[in-house]
Amino acid sequence: MARAITNRRKTINTAVAWAIGIAIFFPILWIFILSFKTEGNAIATPLKMFFSGWTLESYGLVMERSNYFRFFMNSVILAVGSTLLGLIIAVPAAWSMAFVPSKHTKNILMWMLSTKMLPPVGVLVPLVLLFNKLGLTDTHFGLVVVLTLINLPIIVWMLYTYFKEIPGEILEAARMDGAGLKEEVLYVLTPMAIPGMASTVLLNIILAWNEAFWTLNLTTTAAAPLTQFIASYSSPEGLFYAKLSAASIMAIAPILIMGWFSQKQLVRGLTFGAVK
Amino acid sequence: MATKHSRAAARLMISPAVLLLLGWMIVPLAMTLYFSFLRYNLLMPGMEEWTGLTNYEFFVTDPAFFTALLNTLLLVGGVLLITVIGGTLLALLLDQPMFGQGIVRILVIAPFFVMPTVSALVWKNMFLNPVNGLFAHIAGFMGLPAYDFLGQAPLASIIGIVAWQWLPFATLILLTAFQSLDQEQLEAAEMDGASALSRFWYIMLPHLARAITVVILIQTIFLLSIFAEILVTTNGGPGVASTNLTYLIYVQSLLQFDVGGGSAGGVIAIILANIVAIFLMRMIGKNLEA
Repeated sequence: MARAITNRRKTINTAVAWAIGIAIFFPILWIFILSFKTEGNAIATPLKMFFSGWTLESYGLVMERSNYFRFFMNSVILAVGSTLLGLIIAVPAAWSMAFVPSKHTKNILMWMLSTKMLPPVGVLVPLVLLFNKLGLTDTHFGLVVVLTLINLPIIVWMLYTYFKEIPGEILEAARMDGAGLKEEVLYVLTPMAIPGMASTVLLNIILAWNEAFWTLNLTTTAAAPLTQFIASYSSPEGLFYAKLSAASIMAIAPILIMGWFSQKQLVRGLTFGAVK
Repeated sequence: MATKHSRAAARLMISPAVLLLLGWMIVPLAMTLYFSFLRYNLLMPGMEEWTGLTNYEFFVTDPAFFTALLNTLLLVGGVLLITVIGGTLLALLLDQPMFGQGIVRILVIAPFFVMPTVSALVWKNMFLNPVNGLFAHIAGFMGLPAYDFLGQAPLASIIGIVAWQWLPFATLILLTAFQSLDQEQLEAAEMDGASALSRFWYIMLPHLARAITVVILIQTIFLLSIFAEILVTTNGGPGVASTNLTYLIYVQSLLQFDVGGGSAGGVIAIILANIVAIFLMRMIGKNLEA
């Protein structure tokens, strides 16, 4: 009897949850469908659109017309570059705070976090002027530096919470077994730190890829990533639904897939370890 | 057991991160503060002069400032209301036993990974457009007149778009919190005859309090700076109907080239954000001790 009720409830839960899940996902599904239609069919009534023929034409048009590949590569360069640079700066910092904590460690961590609270618009004017003066506007280098700095606190924090979980005893054990500093770092600490570092990298690539305040304000063409590319569809071209859909799908697909793999880390990274 | 030697090494390892962040904070901040006291327009180079608090006076007395401030509050408040309530209910649902839970989770979390310019443009063109948007088609199908969402209710539309982007975040964090709930406690309450509602109210909600606070504070930080969604949907309009503080400062400094006025606005934005930040820092600081 009890079991029957549970099964019925489970079925109802399933139905409701799936309905809501599909509703939330629907806009993405919709542009996915639109992206495989011809421009003419894409603006037809929904039913007619849905049952019209499927084509890859829009993807081809987006690729050849708007240098999609260059924008895509810029996104890759900015996201990967800023994450790697951030990692190089953050790993030593997080490492030393986790393994050689001092009475200032907590204050330093909190202060780093506080820099994240600075609203970007508060420093928009000086940054635009500085970038113009130094010739950094629309360069990969300039954007990589800015994206690194805005995400650095998150990288340090995430790494710190992961490194903290590596038990200190294991180092002592390694030392007892005759491991020197080199062996200790290479064979004991690094393997244990790699999963945490991988999660950090993943989350930061996602954040940098989708960053849309600085990339929109500090790039025009040469270093412009996909955020800028899509924004260029905002007027007249926006009415070409099939092309806009194809461009959008190509812009979000890599991150969507990465994001699905990093759900857990996302919670931890974005709440600075406050919710695990 | 850290030796003097290792302490020195530790300091050396932290310093690049600290110095870079320090530079990142101090240099532009000092510049913003300095510019905010100047009459400085990029269209009139070489005419910079000290004007004291004039920029602040102009910025604060500009009717657009009040509208932008109100819009900022409505945007942040509206999105928080939708995402926190919706996220709690959705997390509660997703925490129940069901078939294909993993897939539903993937569907629900997806909007969070969509870049802001994409989600704003897709909503603007494919859904809210009064001629070819899906909502217009549905309205037409039911014999209703089409509604120009972004023209008639620009701010509400933007709140909807942003809420769609952030609902997954709230849901995911609250779901994580639900999963750490002590199941035995719930079962005990059920055996003692507590109704589903009172179980939710007296056991689940207090357990979630912390996660909800974190969601509110972190979202507030991001929502205060909403920019791309406004830029590609309404450009802040019609008039200033959907202009928030961030967008107003952008318009003033980069479109009207008024560096002084924009900087004064920037300083005000920083002060407002700091008020929120103080609460957030306390929350997370407490956690660091635990």
